[in-house]
Amino acid sequence: MPVRRPVATLMPATMLVMPRLDATRQQALSVSLATGAYGLSFGALSVAAGLDVWQTMALSLLLFSGGSQFAFIGVIAAGGSGAAAVATSTFLGVRNGFYGIALAPFMRPMRPLTRAAAAQLTIDESTAVALAQPPQDVAARRAAFWWTGIGVFVAWNAITLLGALLGSAIGDPADWGLDAAAAAAFLGLVWPRLASKRAQGVAAASAVLALALTPLLPAGLPILAAALVAIVAGWNAPEREVPE
Amino acid sequence: MTPYTWTWVAIVAAAALAFLTKYAGHVVPEAWLEHPRVHRIAGFVTVGLLAALFATQAFTSGSALVLDARVAAVAVAALLLWKRAPFILVVAAAAAVAACLRLLGWG
Repeated sequence: MPVRRPVATLMPATMLVMPRLDATRQQALSVSLATGAYGLSFGALSVAAGLDVWQTMALSLLLFSGGSQFAFIGVIAAGGSGAAAVATSTFLGVRNGFYGIALAPFMRPMRPLTRAAAAQLTIDESTAVALAQPPQDVAARRAAFWWTGIGVFVAWNAITLLGALLGSAIGDPADWGLDAAAAAAFLGLVWPRLASKRAQGVAAASAVLALALTPLLPAGLPILAAALVAIVAGWNAPEREVPE
Repeated sequence: MTPYTWTWVAIVAAAALAFLTKYAGHVVPEAWLEHPRVHRIAGFVTVGLLAALFATQAFTSGSALVLDARVAAVAVAALLLWKRAPFILVVAAAAAVAACLRLLGWG
C-alpha cells in the first residue's frame, strides 16, 4: 500500500506521470469506443437469435467477453442446445484465464473485491492496452487496464442495449470503418514494441499463424496460438532481445 | 421448464464459467510468476498477442480470410505510425479511410 505523503512531495511525481497517463487514456478511450460499437451488432443478432432484451443484457453484463457472447448466440441461433452454447462460450473464454496471469505482475496485490472486478474486466482489449504500456511504469499499466476495462464495459453494455432495442433497423459498424479502427488500434499498440529482430519475428509468426488457423478453429482460439510462438521464442532468448 | 427458462440457465452457467476462468488467472501462485523464463515469455506474449489481434481484426471476417477496405486503412495507419502521428489520429484516420472506401462501394 502507498505511504501517505504530503501533497507537496507528490506533485512533481504526478506531473512526471501525467503525460504518459494522458497517452494511456487516449488509447483506452479509442479502443473502448471502437470495441463498444460492436455491441450494436451483438444486441441486434442476439434478439434475432430469439433471446429477449433482458437475456441479451445479461450476456453483456455478466459474461462480458465478445467472442464468447457471439459464439453463445450463434449456437442458439443455429438451433443448438443450451449445453452446447455454454461449452463453446467457455472454450473461447479460456484465453482470458491466461490474460490474468500476464496481468498479475503489475496488478497484484489486490483486495478481494478489486480482484473480482479486475477478473470481470479481463478481456482482449484491457489486457492488450495494459501490456502495451512500458513495463517499469506500473501506474500507466494499471490505469490502462482499468480505463480500457471500464470503458469497454460501459460502451459495450450501453450499445448492446441500443442494438437489442433497435434490432436490425440499424446499420453495420463496418460502414463507419470501426473494424478498421480496431485493427489500427492494435497496430498502434504493437508498433513501439518491434525494436528487436526476435520481437519482429514473433509478431510476424503470430500474425501468420493466427491467420492460417482462422478458417480451422473457432473465433478467439487463433489468438491463443500467439502464446505458443511466445513460449518458443522466450524459452532461451538472451535477456537483451526480450521486448519491454 | 420452458425453453425460455433453459436459455436463462445456460446464460447464468456460461457467465459463471466465464468469470471463474478469468478469476483463475488472477490467483495463480506468486512463485509461478517469478521464474526468469516466465518473464521472458511474458515479454514475447505481448508482442505475439497484439500482432495476432491486429492480423485477425484487419484480414478476417468470421472464419474467412478477406482483403477489403481495411487493407488500405491499416496501410494509412502504418504510414502515420511511421511518421509518429498521435494514436488517436491513427485510429480515426483508419476509420475514415475504410468508411470512405465503402461509401464508394469498394470493400
